[in-house]
Amino acid sequence: MIPAAFDYKRASSAAEALSLISEYGEDAKFLAGGHSLLPLMKLRLAQPAVLIDIARISDLSYVRDAGDHLAIGALTRHHDVEHSPIVKEHAPLLAFAASHVGDPQVRHRGTIGGSIAHSDSASDLPATTLALGATYVAQGPNGTREIAAADFYLGFLESALSPDEMLTEIRVPKMHGATWGFQKFNRRAQDWAIVGVAAWKRGNESGVGLVNMGSVPILATSVATAISGGASIADASQLAAAEAEPQSDLNASAEYRTHLVKVLVRRALESTTK
Amino acid sequence: MKVTITVNGTKYENDVEPRTLLVNYVRETLGLTGTNIGCDTSSCGACSLHIDGESAKSCTVLAVQADGCEVTTIEGIANGDTLHPMQQAFMDNHGLQCGYCTPGMVMASIGLLNENPNPTEEEVRIGLEGNLCRCTGYHNIVKSVLACANGNK
Repeated sequence: MIPAAFDYKRASSAAEALSLISEYGEDAKFLAGGHSLLPLMKLRLAQPAVLIDIARISDLSYVRDAGDHLAIGALTRHHDVEHSPIVKEHAPLLAFAASHVGDPQVRHRGTIGGSIAHSDSASDLPATTLALGATYVAQGPNGTREIAAADFYLGFLESALSPDEMLTEIRVPKMHGATWGFQKFNRRAQDWAIVGVAAWKRGNESGVGLVNMGSVPILATSVATAISGGASIADASQLAAAEAEPQSDLNASAEYRTHLVKVLVRRALESTTK
Repeated sequence: MKVTITVNGTKYENDVEPRTLLVNYVRETLGLTGTNIGCDTSSCGACSLHIDGESAKSCTVLAVQADGCEVTTIEGIANGDTLHPMQQAFMDNHGLQCGYCTPGMVMASIGLLNENPNPTEEEVRIGLEGNLCRCTGYHNIVKSVLACANGNK
């Protein structure tokens, strides 16, 4: 399968990328690792007229300790998030989730920012960063703005980024010794999650993100509210689907997903991994 | 668009359409047909090769993305008539049946040992999660990779 023809531009800086996107407008798409966009283009589900390759903007690939949070450049590859000593120390849930994206070959190419900007509810990192209370930084023609992960996902493959903005950084609060669990239920090793759960807990505080439980990644706020009110994990997990709107597909019915998510949220929260 | 890509140590300059996939570039432009196309959807790993020393699925990379990079395909790993140790290990351990997944398996396996020279059996199985063998010959593939790792000690 070959994508439809397009023009290819390569940006060497964020400023150049933004200038190119303002020139070509909505007909253009940013290309990072390409592991979400190119499959869609090969199936002709996406046919951008122009691809702006941002993968070589090397100053957007980094992980920095920024005090109370980690600052991760949008072009940091899954492989580098997975193996970053800083991420493993301060946000081990994110490092673990990154190690479950696709397979090693995919993780050598795909980027955290690409995955988040693509906003696929079936991807692991949108729901994981949502659970961790991350903030995303977008750069546009009028400067930089921060978008809370909870406000970012608007609909199926639709984010709060405007067409002339680029995601540049992901800010992930440090986990400070919280226990965490990541559950990915799939039929074959590298498949998308049929249902996935990223969750952490520290005393009565918790955060629970759901993968593939609706058209957007879901923050299971009812579970966190129940935990903070003193509910047991078993009881709180029964509320796991309260915010979800699961779909039926070839892999699972909505009813099956609704049952499965309660089991996986309980398992994730019961984990004592630090 | 003009690209300069070093493949198996030789520098090539070609004019390619931006939509040319890297796998089609190595197979059709360069005639290196050892890299197979399997699923064509980045699931099966038959098209695995190395870009700057790391395994990648070349059906999901544009040739223009590899501009300026060093690519290694299955044709580039033997030393003359001497097989690469991973190829030899696959041969010695019957790590192939029909052979279709083999170039990708070998390239992914070399990439795996580059990152983790002494893996456990479980780490080999997880490390090869991106490569499918429709003959289901995984047992001997894993055995081959472990044999190669042990041979490197």
